[in-house]
Amino acid sequence: MDEMLSLLGSTLRLSAPLIFAAMGGLLSERSGVIHIALEGMMMVGGFAAAVATLSFHSPLVGCAAAVIAGLAFSALYAALVIPFRANQVVAGTAINFLAAGVVPSVSKLLYGNTGSTPSIPLDERLHWAGPVVGAIVLVAGLALLLAKTPVGLWIRFAGEHPHALASAGVNVIRVRFLSVLAAGALAAMGGATLSLSLSSAYSRNMTAARGFMALAALIFGKWKAWPAFAACLLFGFAEALQNRLQGVALPWKPDETIPVQFIQMLPYLVTLVVLAGFVGRSRAPKALGTQF
Amino acid sequence: MKLLRSLLALALGLSLGLAVTAMAGENPWHVLQVLIKGAFGTRYDLGMTLFYMTPLLFTGLAVTVAFRAGLFNIGAEGQLTMAALAAAAVGVLFPNVSAGWAWLFAFSAAAFVGGGWAAIAGWLKARRGSHEVISTIMLNFIAASIASYVTLYVLKNPETQSPETLAVGPGYFLPQIPGLGDSPVSGALVCGLLSAAVLSWVFERTRWGFEMKVVGQNESAARMAGISVGRVQILAMTLSGILAAGVALGEVLGSAHRFKLGFSPDYGFIGIAVALLARGSPLAVIPSAFLFGALHKGTADLDIETEHVTRDLTLVIQALIIATVSAEGLWDIWARRRNIKIKQKGAQAHG
Amino acid sequence: MNVVSSLAIELRNISKSFGSGESRVFANTDVNLSVRRGSIHAIVGENGAGKSTAMKILFGMQSADSGEVHVFGKSVRWRNPTEAMASGIGMVHQHFMLAGPHTVLENIVLGCENSSAFGILDTKKAASRLRELCERYSMPVDPDRAIEDLPVGVQQRVEILKLLYRDSQVFILDEPTAVLTPQEIEALFSNLRRLRDEGRTILIITHKLKEVLALSDEVTVLRQGKTVGSIQTKQASAELLAEWMVGRKVILDVKSEAESNPGVVRMKVTDLVLDSNHAMLKNVSLEVRAGEIVGVAGVEGNGQSELLRALLDPKNPLSLNSGKVELLGHDVSSWSSSQIRRLQVGFMPEDRHRDGMLLDESVELNILLGLQNHPAFVSEIPGVGGVIRKSALKQALERAWVDYDLRPRQSGIPGRSLSGGNQQKLVIAREFEHHPEFLVATHPTRGVDVGAIEWIHRKLFKARDQGTGILLVSSELDEILSLSDRIIVMFQGAVVAEFSRGNVSAQQLGLAMSGGLKGGHA
Repeated sequence: MDEMLSLLGSTLRLSAPLIFAAMGGLLSERSGVIHIALEGMMMVGGFAAAVATLSFHSPLVGCAAAVIAGLAFSALYAALVIPFRANQVVAGTAINFLAAGVVPSVSKLLYGNTGSTPSIPLDERLHWAGPVVGAIVLVAGLALLLAKTPVGLWIRFAGEHPHALASAGVNVIRVRFLSVLAAGALAAMGGATLSLSLSSAYSRNMTAARGFMALAALIFGKWKAWPAFAACLLFGFAEALQNRLQGVALPWKPDETIPVQFIQMLPYLVTLVVLAGFVGRSRAPKALGTQF
Repeated sequence: MKLLRSLLALALGLSLGLAVTAMAGENPWHVLQVLIKGAFGTRYDLGMTLFYMTPLLFTGLAVTVAFRAGLFNIGAEGQLTMAALAAAAVGVLFPNVSAGWAWLFAFSAAAFVGGGWAAIAGWLKARRGSHEVISTIMLNFIAASIASYVTLYVLKNPETQSPETLAVGPGYFLPQIPGLGDSPVSGALVCGLLSAAVLSWVFERTRWGFEMKVVGQNESAARMAGISVGRVQILAMTLSGILAAGVALGEVLGSAHRFKLGFSPDYGFIGIAVALLARGSPLAVIPSAFLFGALHKGTADLDIETEHVTRDLTLVIQALIIATVSAEGLWDIWARRRNIKIKQKGAQAHG
Repeated sequence: MNVVSSLAIELRNISKSFGSGESRVFANTDVNLSVRRGSIHAIVGENGAGKSTAMKILFGMQSADSGEVHVFGKSVRWRNPTEAMASGIGMVHQHFMLAGPHTVLENIVLGCENSSAFGILDTKKAASRLRELCERYSMPVDPDRAIEDLPVGVQQRVEILKLLYRDSQVFILDEPTAVLTPQEIEALFSNLRRLRDEGRTILIITHKLKEVLALSDEVTVLRQGKTVGSIQTKQASAELLAEWMVGRKVILDVKSEAESNPGVVRMKVTDLVLDSNHAMLKNVSLEVRAGEIVGVAGVEGNGQSELLRALLDPKNPLSLNSGKVELLGHDVSSWSSSQIRRLQVGFMPEDRHRDGMLLDESVELNILLGLQNHPAFVSEIPGVGGVIRKSALKQALERAWVDYDLRPRQSGIPGRSLSGGNQQKLVIAREFEHHPEFLVATHPTRGVDVGAIEWIHRKLFKARDQGTGILLVSSELDEILSLSDRIIVMFQGAVVAEFSRGNVSAQQLGLAMSGGLKGGHA
């Protein structure tokens, strides 16, 4: 029973960064902009959060820094894909590269190495409940925003039929731009959760494709808030299971443990299977990936 | 126009990258000197540039092929990992194959595994609708885990602490290109150049090249024209994986003669920048790969030669180049300016 | 009487060009238009005559290079549609501005939402206002239905309600009848007359002269971006308007000289069944013989696209659940599209841009599209595969220049640089390179100039007379009526009626198209 509870707890904790990123992706993609760059946003968010927390000794300042960093990078992304009409997948990849290059470069400047930031003292870290509660509130809020408010309606139309939105007198470019900006801020918060709550520092490549898993969760969740949340829980569970299985003996050979490599690939394998098994039937926003 | 755009993007990316180093407190001029000296300073340096160019040729072509069919293969990294592992495994398990055939034997295994690994993503895309960007990223991580397991538990070289497999049989070694100061440039470079030439012909003159283009540009028209979109996607991904497998030639057969864990400094990802700068042309991949090879070699020296700037600068420069090449609107503005200028000139001439 | 205030809309010397240098296109040159308040004013002209550009300028979607726009006597210069809408102008676009998965109500309130507390959408108030409008104008529609579940005619109703919801005074309708049955058209017209009688002003853009004559009070004709003239509808005739539109006398109805002489069966389908989300075929059986044109009439979205897909790719379970497809004597029920495309059959696609062109590629490669397995264009080299014969492509292009009057006569130019009519000519030329014994011609003249329509109709007749079996799918009833030797009507995925040439009126067809004709075969 305790076992179950602790597995549940770690599932929630490990899902939180995915949920933040997936909700960011939800905003961006419902407004019609593919968001491959969630990964990069998580990287800069996680790093900025760690740096700010180390300097100001407050995880809240850390979160604020993450949001600012995420906004900065997503402003760049939004500029590339909206006014400059770059292919969204290609530009997203560029932003991911940029994040992967900028973070260690700044780390080198600040701390003299390109690996991890120094460790954040225990009492300056984010309590695990914060992000978990925050993530759930976020899902509820976004679900409400999209379904019940004028802004939500605009976002949905921007992704479904932007010309209809424009002919109704709403500025599509602005709706998309702001959605992409918000997406960056949310994904960066996901990154902050990684460095401030789930571990004790930002370390190189610690996002480990979570940005892409968040996208997979979004697709699996049919671009809807609560189903995407459920998909994030599934991936979080795979990760929790991965941690739990380390060092567990093989059932048929009690003196040997399951090779760690096979355990490590579990979340990726689950993502791949989920994406392959169920996505064919889900319908993307009609104008997703198109220029306006 | 295409060429001009690529050159301008390159110039823009490089100068922005260097401007960033200035913000980091370095003298950009010094950084540029380090880059150029690092890449071309000696015969050996040039050789190393060509050595890095070799895998980038293959991954650049791999990304180019997939892109032609409308697929964004960011999984070349996983494909080349699996392929190199397969080539090493063949070389370790069958060490006595005679020299003439051994490399072909190893490459066949690499191509089979690399192509198959990519085909998974192609199949998922064509038959299950999974976005290839996500599935190839996942496959990269899975490939890394498999490679780690095989290297550490199955083919481990017991004589060293470093994570690498046993050496392949001597029959597998590719000949070195002489005159480059002992740098490990092998015949793989020639294979890469030939691949680019062949691929260019396939693109321009064959039905297969045409079908890929149609699928990449207009799936609906492809269906109407009797082209099986799914089949073309799967085959294009497979060919992409086979090209990525070419990396095994230079790395496993040409230089290290074994599989070393983490041997690739993200060749698969740099290949994306190589391909985008080449803008769909296999022949243009050659200079593009050369440039990025030089950049990679040059920036490797930054760690030692400068205080604040590291090799991660390449990533920033790559990102800036990709971003500028892909920003259509930027080029529209530029073209409009140019048009106005031409018009003004014309008006002056007439007036 | 005050002249200024009696005019709702006035365009004075509007000019607009796109592009620059040699590629500069003049969409409007000194266009003038005066629309009386409380009238129905038709604007007619061929494709590319500048109708849409003028309306986009009026609606604030584009800005004029020079000239003035006056609305209710006031000079205006709008930067976006919002400003136009605020002044009481509303537009129903040819391609509806409705998002399929969203509800009627959401589509209607978009852009002028009311919020209750905490910024939540006030749907109750909006719905009751909408119901009131529905009742007052007798245009019933369920506010909570998703748009994609509604028939096209009802979707158009939603578009009109959208304008009424905003209390627009000027209604611009772009080709509003393109997708309607004759009965729906009649209903639309009576609604429009009623709006006019209330004092609203209606601007209708169309190329259907009969409807202009039936509905409008005044007509303005545009040609090549210029105003040809305006006339009271009472004093106009179809012949006169057509002459103004084209600049020469035109034959409106091409008639075949020879009677049709059906030969062997070229295409036969039996009991086609398809049942998926928004697509269905219900036991469709049909045959086309050599030397006849069989027209498929029906409101778009009643199974025509599905029928075509079943003919093109019967093997695919997404295009066909069950049934038998025979082409040129082969049972092709389990063939893929690439196999079928190797037969002597031609397919002119529904939507050129979507299905038939590579807009960024050269005209040569556009000719190759669909012919990539044809031995004349691709040599099979063992061990290598198909190698493209560039010389053959060049010859085919030259044939298209001469035999199909494809312009401009320039090799290597991208498909995008051809006009709509020339793109269609390229598609026709290409499909005739198959020397088709069976041809599917879908909307063969959609978006094509009046002059080219005449030419395309002649081509189809000539092919028929030479023994090609033709399946003609068109939403233009006149086209169906004048070209077809036999007409079948599709409604909700089923063939509901069949007529032979001369034995049917547009009214009867319309009734069958809306499912009103029970008992099938006449």
